[in-house]
Amino acid sequence: MTELFVAVLVRDLRLASRRRIDALLPLVFFIVALSLFPLGVGPEAQTLRQIAPGIVWVCALLASMLSVNQLFAGDLADGSLEQMLLAPQPAVALAAAKSVVHWLLTGLPLILVTPLVGVLFDLSAPALGALVFGLVLGTPVLSLLGALGAALTLGLRSGGMLLILIVLPLATPALIFGAGAVGTVEAGLSASGHFSLLGALLIATAIGAPWATAAALRISTE
Amino acid sequence: MKWNNASEFFAMGGYGLYVWGSYAVALLLMVVEPVLARRRHRQALHDAAEGSAHGSKT
Amino acid sequence: MNTPTKPPTAPLRLYTFAAPSRFYALTGALLPWLWAITLLLTAAGLYMGFFVAPTDATQGDAYRIIFIHVPAAWMTMLLYMVLAFWACIGWAFNARLASMLARAIAPTGAMFAFLALWTGAFWGRPTWGAWWVWDARLTSTLILFFLYLGYIALVNAIDDVRRADQAGALLALVGSINVPIIYFSVKWWNTLHQGATISFKQAPTMAATMLIAMLIMTFAFWAYAFAVVFMRVRAVVLEREAHTAWVDELTKGTRTP
Repeated sequence: MTELFVAVLVRDLRLASRRRIDALLPLVFFIVALSLFPLGVGPEAQTLRQIAPGIVWVCALLASMLSVNQLFAGDLADGSLEQMLLAPQPAVALAAAKSVVHWLLTGLPLILVTPLVGVLFDLSAPALGALVFGLVLGTPVLSLLGALGAALTLGLRSGGMLLILIVLPLATPALIFGAGAVGTVEAGLSASGHFSLLGALLIATAIGAPWATAAALRISTE
Repeated sequence: MKWNNASEFFAMGGYGLYVWGSYAVALLLMVVEPVLARRRHRQALHDAAEGSAHGSKT
Repeated sequence: MNTPTKPPTAPLRLYTFAAPSRFYALTGALLPWLWAITLLLTAAGLYMGFFVAPTDATQGDAYRIIFIHVPAAWMTMLLYMVLAFWACIGWAFNARLASMLARAIAPTGAMFAFLALWTGAFWGRPTWGAWWVWDARLTSTLILFFLYLGYIALVNAIDDVRRADQAGALLALVGSINVPIIYFSVKWWNTLHQGATISFKQAPTMAATMLIAMLIMTFAFWAYAFAVVFMRVRAVVLEREAHTAWVDELTKGTRTP
């Protein structure tokens, strides 16, 4: 099982490294989308500071969903997905590997860029710290849920939009806890409650989502 | 609850718009839904009949 | 008589009505009764609600919206669980009819969610001054509405019936597991932002007559849901079983020569 996991992980990362521009698109989207908000809402610093956590989380969510759409598409197209599902190793390994790849290529860059975002929105250091830590816990959840959505909508014409519609309601708890943590810290309180909940969410999703994604892959390819 | 006359009933103590606005939409939805379901059923019946008229896959 | 098959001569078993043909016949026979019950309960409930229950001290007569708002909210929650249940049964046991039932439930569940939101807004406006308040329960209902839309969109986007049924079942299962989590997180979110807290918990302390009327209306909506879902599932059954012998029998009389 770990062999399949590592093999898929290494292969997908290698493939991504050959198309670096494509791999960076979610990150660019994230920054562009974020920057639109001040243009829409106005440059008043206090307002921006208040809405920053929410905006960052929503844009992270959207960036994740937009990039996860094609997670299995390449493998479906060249037939390797079917081969991997026929293999004796459980498909859960495949699902988990794909989720990790997605997080490495979308979630992790977002996390690394967030301090820059902190500057754009004039966030205080503790608030920024809470934001980043929340994203560290939350973006894997988004990747795991996104993989499930991608597996369910595999090969469908309406794929992208449909995936977003399906996954977004499921991602609201992560959004609430993650963005809420920053607000709590800004109010001078401890956000440990939020982070505990986010952590619990991560664990539960890490256990459940790959299983569901594997089941969805079988459903979509039969 | 004693309503003194019909106009009092419709006024609902000044909240007529909200009360009747809610009930009107409820009525609308709960009439349109069965109508649509019935139409779907009729259509399905018709399609099934058409299908068999042109030869069934025995 | 329109019975497409001979009435079952064997003793009724648990799975007798799992056969589409028998289920079709059974629901057809039940429908008039279901509608009758719906209308009776609605009449009784509304009579109690408007002519027996008193005006509320704080909210005046605006509170009477509660007689459709709360039943609708309860129904939409219940129907989602029922949908997930039947969808999973259909998936686990390869029972086509169960999957058909799940599909038939979805639009009604979505309708009740919408109705709960609409009546919630119309109740909120005179009571709290705004057409929409991000109260925990309304917000959770909104997300539930999105879950319904997602399910409907997914099963409609997939052409292959079996794949659509199974994908829908998985989505509904994941959704139903998430509903308590979503509800909890929304409640958490709502209590954080104290300034905007307007809670429907501050509903009028219910006089017994108000409560009874509300309960009667809930049962009325339940009967309605049975009726409409049965109507819809009968259509689905015909659509899917169009080329079977029993449907041939059924449509014999209606075919144009």
